[in-house]
Amino acid sequence: MATTAAIDVVMPQMGVSVSEGTITKWLKQEGDPIAADEALLEISTDKVDTEVPSPGSGVVQQILVQEGETVEVGTKLAVIAPEGAAPAQEEAPAAPPEPATQEAAAEAEAPSSSEGETPAPAEAPTPAPPPEPVAPAAPDAVPDGDGGGDRTFVSPVVARIASEHGVDVGQVSGTGRGGRVTKKDILAFVESGAPQQQPQPEQQAAPAAPPPPQAPPEPAPAPAPAQPEPAPAAAAPAPQAAAPQPESEPGESYEPMSAMRRGIAEHMRRSLDTSAHVTSAIEVDMSRVVAIRAKLKKEYQQSYGVNPTYLAFVARATVETLRDYPWINGELRGDQIVTRNYVNLGFAVELTDGKGLIVPVVKHAEGLNLLGMARGISEIAARARDKKLLPDDVQGGTFTITNPGGYGTFHGTPVISQPQAAILGTYAVVKRPWVIQDDRGGDVIAIRPIMNLTLTYDHRLVDGALAGRFLRDLRERLETWDETNY
Amino acid sequence: MSEMTYLQAISDGLRQEMRRDKRVFVIGEDVGVYGGAFKVTLGFQEEFGPWRVIDAPLSETAIVGGCTGAAIMGMRPVAEMQFADFISCAWDHLVTVAAKQRWRAGTPVPITVRLPSGGGFSGGPFHSQNPESSFAHIPGLKVICPATPEDAKGLLATAIQDPNPCLYFEHKHLYRRLKADVPEERYETPFGKARIHREGDDISVITWGAMVHTADEAAQQLEGDGISVEILDLRTLIPWDKQAVLQSVSKTSKALVLHEDTQTGGFGGEIAATIAEEAFEELDAPIKRIAAPDTPVPFSPALEKAFIPQVDGVAKGIKELAEY
Repeated sequence: MATTAAIDVVMPQMGVSVSEGTITKWLKQEGDPIAADEALLEISTDKVDTEVPSPGSGVVQQILVQEGETVEVGTKLAVIAPEGAAPAQEEAPAAPPEPATQEAAAEAEAPSSSEGETPAPAEAPTPAPPPEPVAPAAPDAVPDGDGGGDRTFVSPVVARIASEHGVDVGQVSGTGRGGRVTKKDILAFVESGAPQQQPQPEQQAAPAAPPPPQAPPEPAPAPAPAQPEPAPAAAAPAPQAAAPQPESEPGESYEPMSAMRRGIAEHMRRSLDTSAHVTSAIEVDMSRVVAIRAKLKKEYQQSYGVNPTYLAFVARATVETLRDYPWINGELRGDQIVTRNYVNLGFAVELTDGKGLIVPVVKHAEGLNLLGMARGISEIAARARDKKLLPDDVQGGTFTITNPGGYGTFHGTPVISQPQAAILGTYAVVKRPWVIQDDRGGDVIAIRPIMNLTLTYDHRLVDGALAGRFLRDLRERLETWDETNY
Repeated sequence: MSEMTYLQAISDGLRQEMRRDKRVFVIGEDVGVYGGAFKVTLGFQEEFGPWRVIDAPLSETAIVGGCTGAAIMGMRPVAEMQFADFISCAWDHLVTVAAKQRWRAGTPVPITVRLPSGGGFSGGPFHSQNPESSFAHIPGLKVICPATPEDAKGLLATAIQDPNPCLYFEHKHLYRRLKADVPEERYETPFGKARIHREGDDISVITWGAMVHTADEAAQQLEGDGISVEILDLRTLIPWDKQAVLQSVSKTSKALVLHEDTQTGGFGGEIAATIAEEAFEELDAPIKRIAAPDTPVPFSPALEKAFIPQVDGVAKGIKELAEY
């Protein structure tokens, strides 16, 4: 009878580290018709707030999770009855909270397993996977016995060894079926000198979301002395289950932490526990940049609708400088140092409500000139504020810039966005009395626009001298900005 | 040492036991004049006389019942079921009387029942079964399943001297197929001590009886694939060497339980459950069972081959587990 099977809508995987999401709003109600790719509901995860499009056309037959509820990735949220289908009663004891149906969900978990290298994004939330409107057929609804689970399944012995040695199974490359980490894999990993972290019991409890090394970060935007903050959520469930609310003292009030806040909190703590944070600062005379910007501003805005911000200049110079300092664009992975021939540049963006921030990533920034950089930053920041980011937008960063200077702060010590090696802080451009040399080589005091830059780096990988040279070169580039090169 | 077949080793062990212990006697269908359906007791009546090598009527009930009585009176009877399949007729005496007598009255019942079992020669549903698990479930009985000539002799001696009813499953298909050096002198092979038939690192195959050799051939096949298989021959199911199994599984983290008996309710389930209970944190893969399907043993050679686990099937199972 089931020629047109019902289509399940599941909580999408919004990034490799995201294990759950909260339904913020249903845009359709039961009985409403809906077209494929039409927005069905809004969800909030610790990475991204987004709309979930309908995987097929038909009628919203059943809504299974109410607004405000937080559920794991893969949980069935709703059922769409295809057009023309009988108002089928719900598929018996339907698929368990496996990805089951949506190929998106299934695929989401697929790649990552080994190194967490590949971000393994679920098919993006907005441009949903185009599942055939008339559902393919029953198989979709049938949970595949050993399908999706294999990939991330952590066997008892692997879990035990991981916890004994404090190894994050997600960092071990697997040679078992479907990339599963076998006992031999993890033993070899441990023997190779592993990356040892504190044993984290939760990790084995969350097979679906091995905390990815590549967690998309999110440094701090404006207000405070800047903190990065990503939100890998391996540990998210815990706080949620936390305790009955304590009684409030007079004058106090409570509000629940959002998923994003929890993610930020977890990542900040984890970053400080992981990296040896050291900050170095340098003062940069921005005269040249100020002059060039003044010149370009009109042209850029008229021709391209883009504002050449100081941040774009700094970002451009940073990318150029990173070329000479691969470790600062690198990562410690196990006992290996990872370097790259590309720069995925993260920018901390404060969300409009002031209650969180996110770090969208401009991919392959090494290929962008000043215009491209300015455009990339402005686009991604706008999307972040409008909650239109795709999971892919917040993943894979290799270096981050946070810009708390908008409020006039002149110094800060941001927190590194794991697993990156460093974060650059940019601060207010302030006119200051500055000692320069006149034509005859004598000292004179001039008024110059000065900007402080900080580099907060992981001293496990980056030494102070290296950081100092990096900052020196970066300053040099900004002070002698050569238009033709950028 | 001298080279003996599995069958000769049983015969040799039995003869030695009868020579040294006057309480030991043999009873069964055609065991005397004819020398037994498989000739295990050929020449016994000539040597020990008709009172110690007794041709019984075609009644397993009478044979086991008589043995039980004689054992209670201090004898050490060795009964032969012509085929293990026939033991169902003696179920009541074994299970209700022999197994419980010591518990009930403190009287030991030192009987040994020899059970030619197993298939592989188109014996069909009544002459090919491996009913060991039925008896392993009965407290008070011991279950012995030798896989080699040396063990066949040593375990038989131990069984005859054991104060409890012992079911000695001798695999018919090994009778003349296996030939190996066996000590000439008398010796006892202890119960409950598994034998590492083959050492390996990747997978533990836990088995007994004829399947030890099936597993061994499969393991040889897989050598080329770089899969190192450890084969544990349990030797006795009651008592069974849990420690050895857990130790091996702790080493390899992957367990395949293999037996010729049908799967459901087979003793492999007990082993798998024990591993899951006591070595869960050592496992790197689901415990796998390979056993005969849940049907009577077919006559047709082709069907029987499909029924009894074969080398290729076992090799495939091992490989799957290795690749998990």
